[in-house]
Amino acid sequence: MKQKRRVRVMVAKPGLDGHDRGARIIARAYRDAGFEVVYTGLHQTPEEIVEAAIQEDVDMIGLSSLAGAHNYLFPAVVQLLKDRGADDIVVCGGGIIPDDDIDKLKAAGVKAVFTPGTPLNEVVQWVEGNVTPR
Amino acid sequence: MTSIAEKVIAGDIRSVARLIRDIDDGMPEVREVLKELYPHTGKAYVIGITGSPGVGKSTLVDQMVAHLRKRDKTVGVLAVDPTSPFSGGAILGDRVRMQRHSMDQGVFIRSLATRGHFGGLTQSTRSAIDVLDAMGKDYILVETVGVGQDEVDVVRSAHTTVIVVIPGMGDDIQAIKAGILEVGDIFLINKSDREGSDKTLSDLRLMIDMDQSKYDRGTWKPPIIKVQAVFDKGVDEFLEAVDAHAAYLAETEGGLDFRGKSDKVRQELREMVKARLIEEVLDRLTESGEFDNAVESIIKGKTDPYTACESLVLPTLS
Repeated sequence: MKQKRRVRVMVAKPGLDGHDRGARIIARAYRDAGFEVVYTGLHQTPEEIVEAAIQEDVDMIGLSSLAGAHNYLFPAVVQLLKDRGADDIVVCGGGIIPDDDIDKLKAAGVKAVFTPGTPLNEVVQWVEGNVTPR
Repeated sequence: MTSIAEKVIAGDIRSVARLIRDIDDGMPEVREVLKELYPHTGKAYVIGITGSPGVGKSTLVDQMVAHLRKRDKTVGVLAVDPTSPFSGGAILGDRVRMQRHSMDQGVFIRSLATRGHFGGLTQSTRSAIDVLDAMGKDYILVETVGVGQDEVDVVRSAHTTVIVVIPGMGDDIQAIKAGILEVGDIFLINKSDREGSDKTLSDLRLMIDMDQSKYDRGTWKPPIIKVQAVFDKGVDEFLEAVDAHAAYLAETEGGLDFRGKSDKVRQELREMVKARLIEEVLDRLTESGEFDNAVESIIKGKTDPYTACESLVLPTLS
């Protein structure tokens, strides 16, 4: 059937956050935009996230972090994707992230960072504008 | 042989993942690859797991994976979740229960959305089973919400079909009676520490015993097993029942490779022809604009849908 490629994304929570309300709301917004959203659940290591993303063949990984370890966890995911030859998978992130860290994360290969207060449609539109289903 | 087929047979994870994506996205190129993979299939043992939302299918699958890995078997998992009929999107959350296996190279887990294309779920899931089979997985577990004919068909194509219920869903058992009760090879009562599990057990037993005359002639009698997947209770007993069913199939049907079995091949080919016909005919009618013209004519009252359908379909077939 001549179908259009469906956008597939993964919403993942690396690290020790015990709270995923925000990630679930983002997942829901992605679903409502017509994306297929794989959700990994809490307490994932960067290795687990990357392995799952490869098996699921997603176009993008959205990382959520609230506990302050984003400077380690987000770049680790980007690096592991590179190591696996899967750096065509776009990485973005969101959560409690100080403004000072955003440039550093972007320099490390995180394509976008969304902080509290960002309207959901902005988060969705960014995917539509920056992620091409393979 | 194409390089994709070679890589899949060699077990390359990225190639397998991408091929399943192409199957799901309906890319015509996959057909050649699937043709090449077919001779390499027929080795895996396929278990279909179905039941209403919330009965614990994903947790059960997670435990099955753990037990099968202890037996040194490799496992592929296909977890099907529904697509939203409004947005076309889907939240695929079955993985949450299975993520502990994500670093295990002997396990491949893939979430699939139903997508709602006609006959498509059955078709694309079957092709995905073939891919995991060809990559060498010993067991393939297919998890679906047991509603809708397509999903019933998916689990029917398994060697062993498992129906999962929970206590207190009396009416639910009534509902599945007509649809999927007949296709169950093993029944599980999950969350069996909850009140009412004995009642559920006797309800199920009553229904299964109605076919006693069949079992007397030697057909498989579905066992009913109480489990508590989250506490890993009863899972061993359940997998022993799977072994017993496999032994039964091997004995009564002369082996476990479905590719030599007339009824299975017939069923599979029928599905495939159906899906392909719809695809070819609809594509042609859509591209030529005939489909839209017919819609327009019906709206304007120039014709009726029955006549329009005839004039669309019959010429394409002649």
